[in-house]
Amino acid sequence: MSGEIGLWAVPIAMLGGAIRVSTPFLFVSLGEVITERSGRINLGLEGTLVFGAMAGYALAFMTGSAWIGVLAAAVAGSVFGLVHGLLCSLPKVNDIAIGIALMLLGTGLAFFFGKPFIQPVAPDLPSINLGWWSDLPQVQAALRVNVLFLIGAALALALAWMLRRTRVGLTLRVVGDSSDAARALGIRPARVRILATAFGGALAGIGGAYLSLFYPGSWNEGISSGQGLIAVALVIFARWSPVNCFFAALLFGAAGALGPALQSVGVTSGYYLFYAAPFVLTLVVLIASSSKSGALTGAPRELSITK
Amino acid sequence: MSAEPDIPVAVYAKPDGAKTAVGIETVGMTMRFGSFTALDNVSIEVRPGSFHALLGENGAGKSTLVKCIMGFYHATSGNLLIDGFDGGVTDPRDAHAKGLGMVYQHFTLVPALTAAENLVISRADVPAVIDWDAEMKDLTAFMNAMPFRVPLTEPVHRLAAGEKQKLEILKQLYLGRRFLILDEPTSVLTPDEADEVLGHVRKLCEAGELSVLMISHKFREVTAFADEVSVLRRGKYVGGGLVRDLSHQDMAAMMMGDAKPVDPAPREATEGAAVLALENVRARDRSGLKDIAIDALSVRAGEIVGIAGISGNGQMELMEILTGQRPLAAGRMTVHGAPYHATRAEERGLKVRYLPEEPLHNACAPRMTVAENIGFRSFETGRDKPRFWLAPGEMKRRAERLVAEYKVKTASIESPIASLSGGNVQRAVLARELEGEVDLLVISNPCFGLDFTAVAEIRRRIMTARNQGAAVLLMSEDLDEILELADRVLVMSEGSLVYECTAAEADIPTIGHHMGGHA
Repeated sequence: MSGEIGLWAVPIAMLGGAIRVSTPFLFVSLGEVITERSGRINLGLEGTLVFGAMAGYALAFMTGSAWIGVLAAAVAGSVFGLVHGLLCSLPKVNDIAIGIALMLLGTGLAFFFGKPFIQPVAPDLPSINLGWWSDLPQVQAALRVNVLFLIGAALALALAWMLRRTRVGLTLRVVGDSSDAARALGIRPARVRILATAFGGALAGIGGAYLSLFYPGSWNEGISSGQGLIAVALVIFARWSPVNCFFAALLFGAAGALGPALQSVGVTSGYYLFYAAPFVLTLVVLIASSSKSGALTGAPRELSITK
Repeated sequence: MSAEPDIPVAVYAKPDGAKTAVGIETVGMTMRFGSFTALDNVSIEVRPGSFHALLGENGAGKSTLVKCIMGFYHATSGNLLIDGFDGGVTDPRDAHAKGLGMVYQHFTLVPALTAAENLVISRADVPAVIDWDAEMKDLTAFMNAMPFRVPLTEPVHRLAAGEKQKLEILKQLYLGRRFLILDEPTSVLTPDEADEVLGHVRKLCEAGELSVLMISHKFREVTAFADEVSVLRRGKYVGGGLVRDLSHQDMAAMMMGDAKPVDPAPREATEGAAVLALENVRARDRSGLKDIAIDALSVRAGEIVGIAGISGNGQMELMEILTGQRPLAAGRMTVHGAPYHATRAEERGLKVRYLPEEPLHNACAPRMTVAENIGFRSFETGRDKPRFWLAPGEMKRRAERLVAEYKVKTASIESPIASLSGGNVQRAVLARELEGEVDLLVISNPCFGLDFTAVAEIRRRIMTARNQGAAVLLMSEDLDEILELADRVLVMSEGSLVYECTAAEADIPTIGHHMGGHA
């Protein structure tokens, strides 16, 4: 099949796969960066992602517009974020436990409401063909880039700018680094954290909409393979920097594309092992970035896992 | 809330004039919490441009007084006058608007932000998008007009403690505050840094730009920098006046009243063999970026070795090495010549005991009872072999005996140890650790936050243990404590022991230089 370019098909397919697979990672991890920079960790994003996928698909099918689906997914995600943020602002409530509860709630609700939408076909999100200059069908396929990926890339830059140069960004960093200092400055940490968690939820919802509206491009109960959870690990790997998140998401996307890419050049034995690449990479990353004796550098000091 | 347009944010823009110190006066200030009177009819005056010290033991009402001034509390009765007029401060924000500011004992700077970011975010009118070029120009102009400056672009967590304290004070000036409360501003500084910071503050007072009310318990600093002093005891004003008219003894007598601390235990001549020895020990520090390097450290029986240093120079890591919580990258640690890894069996066999800092968190299970906490060293040892079933009767008798012997004030030995005051937790832990024979006692900041009488008693116990032949390693951020107790003084700086002298040779300026790493 891919005779004329031989083994080059693997890196090209991985590049294409990286761009395709990375988008949900990118959105979820950008949202989680903002949440964690405020000093909270939201493990419920997996549930938000799945619910966003369902809500986005359902609304896109009902209205005929993929973009309304994306908007609906963002709104649904921000509601989940708000619930997490509000619950965690109560005294003696642990953000990790609430996150796990919301993860189960989100997937459960998505399956419950999503049953009627497994069969119908909703419109896809548009993509831009950046591979027009090449004659090779593989290159063209790899460079058919979805608009959401480009929006995500721009968003990474915008968030990095916001954290450095705006009042909102500075406030967020203050709250994430020291509740006491924030209170001394007259900032209410709880409110900032609730808003940051809602924002994170909205981005996770958009990540879910990408799954159901572009790649794989349909709604079913097995739509997420843990992207929402892996993205949380990815944030630690990216050292809480939005721009690093972009590259980390690409890396994880490429790892996720390794299995299908090998399959496409005819490797038939053991490719299931390569499907596990993202999970193995998660473990490797967490072990490599851990330290027995030192504190995590760059971590927001208010984060419950770094205290 | 911050709608008042006249908040003096950009005072530094006017180089001369209009920067005049604010004076305050409290008139008959009383603060009651339920039936407890924390502050009883206190009247003090801080004249514009003066440097006023506020002395008192823990619980004397100093922080209640300043919290009333800053509007955190609303006094039950009494008035606050600002520049002779009724202040009527409603809350801290209102106090700030009236030019009153406070520097807290613990830093309120945001560690991950740079000095410039910290200054800008503390303002009431931060623009939505920050034009850093213009801000940096303004900040540089502000810094250049100040008698001292700090690097603007460094993240605050990389600044030394003295720099941070300077930045806290600069922040108040940047915000246009003209009356400053300093709450034990030098507790985290070396003597050199303290002198530098307070010297600059004093200059600002002399120039008439600032009035200061400083909470302190260091007589030396009060004498060197303050003009006037007021002393509180049990919520009442008990004396004060011009600093030049008062001796240290006068001030101490006012602070303590008729309560007499126990006399220090005499230091007996002892001679002993080395108990603890560290050779070429290397370990990573908490940040994982620097090394702890102890080339040689030995403590003999019957001597107290004091390790002085500013916090964060590796003392915590050294304590963790000694308690086996931090793995060694190289080198060896021996007790009585035997390799030592701080296992429970080794601790018992070699008679090693610990008194870590903040014992409630580091040496107690806070919600378990006093009796159980006292039993932690011995609950599983029977007469000759380890026991499986606990012996509640024996634990209770031991706890009762030690509570009586060490005068631990507790409602009952069945109370949770977290309900005890700091001094009593310290006594209870010390009772547990000093029970039976002790060959090596490792102590860290034993008197932090305790009052005079508790401090005197804890130090006496430590000295007694030494006189009975224990080897004592004392790490403390309080140089006076080291000088009082130690036979030999070591200085720790940036993870290494950089200086050693006997107690007789000890000289505060020299030790201070080494603590600051300037030698």
